[in-house]
Amino acid sequence: MGKKNRKDTGFYFDYSLLFVLIFIVGFGLTMIYSTSSYTAQIEQGDPEYYFKRQLIFTILGMAAMFFIARFFDYHHLLKLSPFIFIISLIIIILVPFIGREVNGAKRWIYIGPVSFQPAELVKIAVIIFCSAKVCNAGTSIKKFRRVVRIFLGVGVIPAVAILVCTSNLSSAIIVCGIAVVITFVAYPGYKIYVAIVAALSAAFLAFYTWLTNVVNSGRTFKNFRLTRFLVWLNPEKYIDGKGYQTVQGLYAIGSGGLFGKGLGKSLQKLGFIPESQNDMIFSIICEELGLFGAACVIIMFVILLWRVIHISQNAPDLFGSLLAVGVFAHIAIQVIINIAVVTNVFPNTGVTLPFISYGGTASVFLLAELGIVLNISSQIRLER
Amino acid sequence: MSIRMIEDEDMRFNVFVRTRHRKKLLVIAVCLGLIMSLLIVRIGYIMIIKADYYIARADELHERERKIKAMRGRILDANGTVLADNKTVCSVSVIHSQITDSDQVVEKLSQLLDMEPELIRKKVDKITSIEIIKSNVDKETGDKIRQCNLNGVKVDEDYKRYYPYDTLASKVLGFTGSDNQGILGLEAKYDSYLSGNNGTILTLTDAYGTELDKSRESRLEPEQGKDLYITIDANIQQYAQQLAQQTRSKKNAKQVAIIVMNPKDGSILAMVNEPEYNLNDPYTLNYEIDESSIGSNKMDLLNNMWRNFCINDTYEPGSVFKMVTATAALETKAVSLSDSYTCSGATIVADRRIRCHKTTGHGTQDFTHTVMNSCNPAFIEWGRRVGVDNFYTYMGKLGLLSKTGIDLSGEASTIIHNKENVGEVELATMSFGQSFQITPLQMLRAAAAIVNGGNLVTPHFAVKTCDNENSTYMEFEYSTTESVIDKETSDTMKNILRQVVEEGGGIKAYIQGYSIGGKTATSQKLPRGSGKYISSFIGFSSVEDPEVIAMCLIDEPEGIYYGGTIAAPVIKELFANILPYLEIYPSVE
Repeated sequence: MGKKNRKDTGFYFDYSLLFVLIFIVGFGLTMIYSTSSYTAQIEQGDPEYYFKRQLIFTILGMAAMFFIARFFDYHHLLKLSPFIFIISLIIIILVPFIGREVNGAKRWIYIGPVSFQPAELVKIAVIIFCSAKVCNAGTSIKKFRRVVRIFLGVGVIPAVAILVCTSNLSSAIIVCGIAVVITFVAYPGYKIYVAIVAALSAAFLAFYTWLTNVVNSGRTFKNFRLTRFLVWLNPEKYIDGKGYQTVQGLYAIGSGGLFGKGLGKSLQKLGFIPESQNDMIFSIICEELGLFGAACVIIMFVILLWRVIHISQNAPDLFGSLLAVGVFAHIAIQVIINIAVVTNVFPNTGVTLPFISYGGTASVFLLAELGIVLNISSQIRLER
Repeated sequence: MSIRMIEDEDMRFNVFVRTRHRKKLLVIAVCLGLIMSLLIVRIGYIMIIKADYYIARADELHERERKIKAMRGRILDANGTVLADNKTVCSVSVIHSQITDSDQVVEKLSQLLDMEPELIRKKVDKITSIEIIKSNVDKETGDKIRQCNLNGVKVDEDYKRYYPYDTLASKVLGFTGSDNQGILGLEAKYDSYLSGNNGTILTLTDAYGTELDKSRESRLEPEQGKDLYITIDANIQQYAQQLAQQTRSKKNAKQVAIIVMNPKDGSILAMVNEPEYNLNDPYTLNYEIDESSIGSNKMDLLNNMWRNFCINDTYEPGSVFKMVTATAALETKAVSLSDSYTCSGATIVADRRIRCHKTTGHGTQDFTHTVMNSCNPAFIEWGRRVGVDNFYTYMGKLGLLSKTGIDLSGEASTIIHNKENVGEVELATMSFGQSFQITPLQMLRAAAAIVNGGNLVTPHFAVKTCDNENSTYMEFEYSTTESVIDKETSDTMKNILRQVVEEGGGIKAYIQGYSIGGKTATSQKLPRGSGKYISSFIGFSSVEDPEVIAMCLIDEPEGIYYGGTIAAPVIKELFANILPYLEIYPSVE
């Protein structure tokens, strides 16, 4: 497993994580070129339009990652965390006032020619601040009340801010998810979580039965968030509207077969799936590389996440460990939701596939997060 | 729980928490593994179990059907001369998304296609999957455009109907539309044989409808249409058309029609309706007209131009019809050959006086001479003797009350009094061919039955259809009603009609050495007194064994309008040329 001893200092750098990461990022760039070149040629007049942009952000992100891993001791974050958190909240609150609308949703801030999605900043801020808060809580973390307070303060408040200011439900869910995972790891007990999971499952079951009853009775909703659930249950019925993207994604996945049509040979990317380089990129991976390729991608993510967990377990202190868990949670939640959405296990929300989907801000911040994790790994003291 | 000896309280707690949370991390890792496995199962379910369903749906989405036109069957005359053929033409279109140099495309296309650059520019700049610039471009130009290798310009080959003789038999053949479908005439009537079956190409397209590379297409080959052989003889048709043209310009007539038919089986050798129109350009009027006066009437004018007078319109047959009256009179034995009639120039029927065309009267004539002189008062008498019932019966037997069943659509129906309403006056006028209307072809068919021994034939064009290898695909059959009149009556009538030509009103159709029979007519057009006439003549040869019967109609001639004077010579000239061609030679007497 690429562990390497630095004999003079006894320090360690997780090269296997780095290699898996570089592999995934390289694969992501390949797939972005494959999925976007045809439509980019038609719409932008340059088949490499999206590829080039993504490449620039990837290089930027890589640079940030290496800088953080090598020169930025993650312990500084403990002191900086409140500032980062507050600044991210301020920016997200500013979005409705200075943001720009893209595809009907105001989620972007432009600084000169550079666009920037504040929700991505909030995610990293929550990882850092939540970890810091748990560390600062000291022994009082054993009280569940404290856990709830941290969860509400660090998880729910930014989630609500994102939801209200940018109406971006998926980012809000991810932020909450990160806070839940970090506090779950920090809190010593299980019972209360088992109870919560049971309660949530029961609530979901009740909702699901109610929903299927509604579908069977033929009623429709005015609320578009509820319509989303109807589309989820029967996407082909809504193929001309909200179900279009989901159904087209399923066509892509279904026509992949065991080994796929071959790299670059997808038909669904030829305009059938709009902006297939974004959220739906995994369906094109399935179509071109088949079940085999899709499983490989998932396994690569599992290896990556396992390395992050490994670093978390061996981190020199609690803060490092929780930071790594936060990064783990961020990536894992996005991968799971993305694939679940693409395969219609989950109602359609716009969650990108980390390191693979097109998106500048997300790439830079994800790579920066990995930089923190690599920095943590470099501070692991090897014990005999 | 192991608590190590560590001085720092915080550090102690740290270690405590970390050992604790290592287990939690394990729980999370297991959860992750579990969820990921479930997702792989879900993907596997879609990609293996539901694959067939999704592949079918996706194919449906990606495949576009494109037609390959089947080549249309040709139309050939009795000698195998091609009257309707196919020509390869090209259609030039542009695919917006594939154009790389639009300026060059506009320049080249406007130059080669001789079109306004602005017009092409408009189509080039239009954001559609495919835009047709021009269709029916000849192959040469199409090849030139293809050689330019312009990106986004597509040249498709296609077949276009082509008529080598332009106007020949235009109102019989008809023409085809832009989809190569028959619109009029035989092209429409036999469309199901001629059109064949289109093939299809299944191509893959992207979401914008643009076709992808050809390697992934599948083809269903088209089935070529069948060739249609017809009874028309291009030589006779051409000659008849020339005659009609000359006659029309000489008499400044509205139209001139000539039908040549084999009286034995009803096969039509020629059917001319002058003025004919150009089949290769059927939407242009065949006469000069002030553009501004056309307006919205264009379609009416075109429909008029396309009309086949011989079958689509009715007229009062006039004196030609006397052969029907005479036949009925002989058949019913109401009159015998020895009966005579004295014409004083007019006769009184009921309360009105009907004049003969010879106002001084024909004097006393036997039956044969009443036909030769075409004496109206005599025929009023013959008609009266036949009686209304028998009159209608024989009109029916000779096919004048029903359509002929010719294989062209749009045949007009007889316009005639209800039998119950026929009084003395009506019967009198009908006896010499007035106060009812039939089509020229109905008249010719009745005449054919009178001279061919009494068999009512079905006039027709189509003989057979052949497939590509020239083996017969199917032969057409037509019904004949045998012995509608006695052979004896037919023989008598033939002789009378021969005398009409040799000594009577039809003498201008007489050709030395040939045995020809016939009857003239000069029909007044309605309303009477308008001074408009239709002059006609029906002739046949030979009298002993008629192999050809021909009819000439001159609609609204100027100057002399007697059928015997202007229509009979046309048939004479026609016979003088076509009889030797048909291997009917003068009998040496």
